[in-house]
Amino acid sequence: MPIKPLSRRHFLTRSAALGCSLAASPLITPVTFASARGEGRLVVIVLRGGLDGLDLLPPMGDGNLAALRPDLDPATDLTGFFGLHPAMDPLRPLWAKGQLAFAHAVSTPYRDKRSHFDGQDLLEAGTGMETLGQTDTGWLNRLLAQMPGSEAQTAYAIGRSDMLLMRGPADVANWSPDAALTLSPQAELLLERVMHDDPLFRDATSEAIMLSQSAIGLGAMQDEPGESDMMSAMIAAKTGARPDAIASFAAQRLREDTRIAAFSLSGFDTHASQSRGLPKALERLTQAITTLRTDLGPIWDKTTVVAVTEFGRTARINGTGGTDHGTAGAMIMAGGALSRAQVVTDWPGLSEADLYQRRDLRPTRDLRAHLAWMLRPMFGTEQSVLERAVFPGLDMGPDPRLIA
Amino acid sequence: MSFDPERAEIRFGCGLSPRIAPPVSVDDMMARLTGPDRIAAALPIPDYDAYRPRMSEVHAIKKVQKNGRTEDERQAAYKTYIKLRRKTRADAAGWMGQMMLRRALTEDGLRERLVSFWADHFTARGNGRIWPQGQLPYIEQAIRPHVSGRFGDMLRAAALHPLMVKYLDQSKSIGPNSAVARKQGKRAGLNENLAREMLELHTLGVEGPYEQADVQALARILTGVTFKLKHGFVYAKKQAEPGPHVLLGHRFGAKKPKLKHIHDALDMLATHPATAGHIAHKMAVHFVSDTPDPGMVADMTVAFSATNGDLAAVTRVMLEHPAAWADGPRNVKRPIDFIGSAMRALDVVPRQVPTKKPKDMRALILAPLTLMGQPLEAPPGPDGWPESDADWITPQRLAARLQWAMAAPYRLTKVLPRPEDFARAALGGTLPEPVRFAAASAETRAEGIGLVLASPAFQRV
Repeated sequence: MPIKPLSRRHFLTRSAALGCSLAASPLITPVTFASARGEGRLVVIVLRGGLDGLDLLPPMGDGNLAALRPDLDPATDLTGFFGLHPAMDPLRPLWAKGQLAFAHAVSTPYRDKRSHFDGQDLLEAGTGMETLGQTDTGWLNRLLAQMPGSEAQTAYAIGRSDMLLMRGPADVANWSPDAALTLSPQAELLLERVMHDDPLFRDATSEAIMLSQSAIGLGAMQDEPGESDMMSAMIAAKTGARPDAIASFAAQRLREDTRIAAFSLSGFDTHASQSRGLPKALERLTQAITTLRTDLGPIWDKTTVVAVTEFGRTARINGTGGTDHGTAGAMIMAGGALSRAQVVTDWPGLSEADLYQRRDLRPTRDLRAHLAWMLRPMFGTEQSVLERAVFPGLDMGPDPRLIA
Repeated sequence: MSFDPERAEIRFGCGLSPRIAPPVSVDDMMARLTGPDRIAAALPIPDYDAYRPRMSEVHAIKKVQKNGRTEDERQAAYKTYIKLRRKTRADAAGWMGQMMLRRALTEDGLRERLVSFWADHFTARGNGRIWPQGQLPYIEQAIRPHVSGRFGDMLRAAALHPLMVKYLDQSKSIGPNSAVARKQGKRAGLNENLAREMLELHTLGVEGPYEQADVQALARILTGVTFKLKHGFVYAKKQAEPGPHVLLGHRFGAKKPKLKHIHDALDMLATHPATAGHIAHKMAVHFVSDTPDPGMVADMTVAFSATNGDLAAVTRVMLEHPAAWADGPRNVKRPIDFIGSAMRALDVVPRQVPTKKPKDMRALILAPLTLMGQPLEAPPGPDGWPESDADWITPQRLAARLQWAMAAPYRLTKVLPRPEDFARAALGGTLPEPVRFAAASAETRAEGIGLVLASPAFQRV
């Protein structure tokens, strides 16, 4: 199936063909001035499970590393001090162009309990430890509320689950490419007829049909429509949509009115046999980033992708070749909007005394500060707004100059 | 409007079946509900006591994995653990199949719906190891036996159940003046999680007449509630905070804490007027309408209070109220009700549900439920699934329903009925003309059946 660019006109023709009212559909709400929102694009990827920053970016120049990680994967040098996990090699061309950067030894304010759920809640809520579990809006939603002219299509939460990151009063569009529908033309027309008198079902059906026809890169879903394809999509659904399908869908939205997209990747909780599990998870991440790079085309130059995780992992490898829940970790940034290739860090060291509670990489910077310094130039958000509304209680500190 | 057999089956039961006759009256519905639980006997799911030994086994294996003397021993333990977890997941997928089959085959659909409603009211989610798979055993033990019994009994069984106690951190809550705190000088403190949810969600409701001081008082009263994998519920007197404590103006507890004090406090909450109003409203919203008739809610509240929380009486008053049968804005089925009623309309029989093949179970039922927004083992929070129709009918969630409707029936039954016959069987006297037309005009049987299931007439109650 050829990739068809999805245009507003396409939506309108389609809905006219279906003969249904789309008045309530956010897809055809009139565009307000796109320039009011600026041209910058932000993609936030939540890496669920706790990415091991020390395996992603091993500090090969730190003399204490070898004792903690005797069987480390052969990383190749990146900065002279830090190496890069081989699964990230497909991103090296971006590094060469100044379009890949990392922050190391960073964390959210989350400490000590090391629970995935609480850790992810705090990461997505963007608040401090004192309001853990009490915030039901996400920082991206609060950012949107501050953006002039934002509308439902400005931000897209992609994936089947509700993300706290995007939850809140501001309108956000939701879609999961693995929810795609394959219907024969006849069934589509009949479906329209069956739904016609029920506005809730009618509008959701029209949107579902349009979005699934616009979704690209769905593998089996693109072949001849039929029962087996539908079921194979259902089977694939148990592990979630493929990262390239998600990224492709995100890119497609971002080429139009969408400015912010967010989705999750999982598989980073590597308690055992990390050398087998982590490369697979990192491949999904590199695949998502390279797909965004390719599919965004010229928009890539205005784009920042940032991947964050709820916490890092223990500095020492455990008895089962894995690592347990820790504290500080790494964040990954990519995109043409970055200022340069760099590993931003105030390196804490890895000696016993340097480790947080003698077990974890010690956090030396709040990762929210890096996020805030990205949002500041990208969306022109005031520092006071970032420190009070988007990330309440945050002290942004000095500017790491991440964005060009 | 008054009682209607088809509406009884669609709105308060598990949908119409081409073979099983609907109830003939409210008395008939109540007689089935309060009679023996035949379908659970025919399609068993283990209760939590039967599940517990497996939890202990995992615990023992994890100990070896952590503290085993040699690397080999630790690795072997890890492998055993993975195997046991895989088997448990497979078994749990089978139990989910049994649960869906109960809906397809029961003559007492109201009971299945009430179990689902109360399991949601007392949402407990297991995290880690094989805790998530303990959910259906928890429901089987703490919820199902009480759906037509006393609310207070269900509150005790559910809120003090190990799954709930773990989920809401109760076992970590230690009285600051308890024996444990005094003797060991440990860092000990209260955890208010269960106490808060018990007041806010399980009993009085968020609008209820309680303050932060009541949350703290209940947290103190609840200290000592914990569990052991081997025994289930345990009252650990040594963790308990000496009383008395003042909760909603009543004094509970004494210098020497006893389990009875906790039961007394729970009984007071279970029969509190605010609880009566909260439960009545919630049931009416769930079963009848997102904006329920105030008169019906009032009658149910009175019935709750007059009977000290006899849930059969409250259910009967709901069913006897004319508003329960009104045409009004009809609720959308939750995903589990949608799939369950589709299976019932298709007259699915046990051999057609791959309860022994976890992969097929996931593809046919569990993954679709997740895509429809209801991953059964992972409810979003202690407040359970959303009630509002708009939460369920979003583009991607509806897409998953449509996709399932088109593809799953054939996978389940292999022989599809004529779509027109199916439309009549699934919708009875409520079959709208466009649905009849669509069923008759579809190009394939699968699409015809899919269109019937996709129709708002089928997706609403």
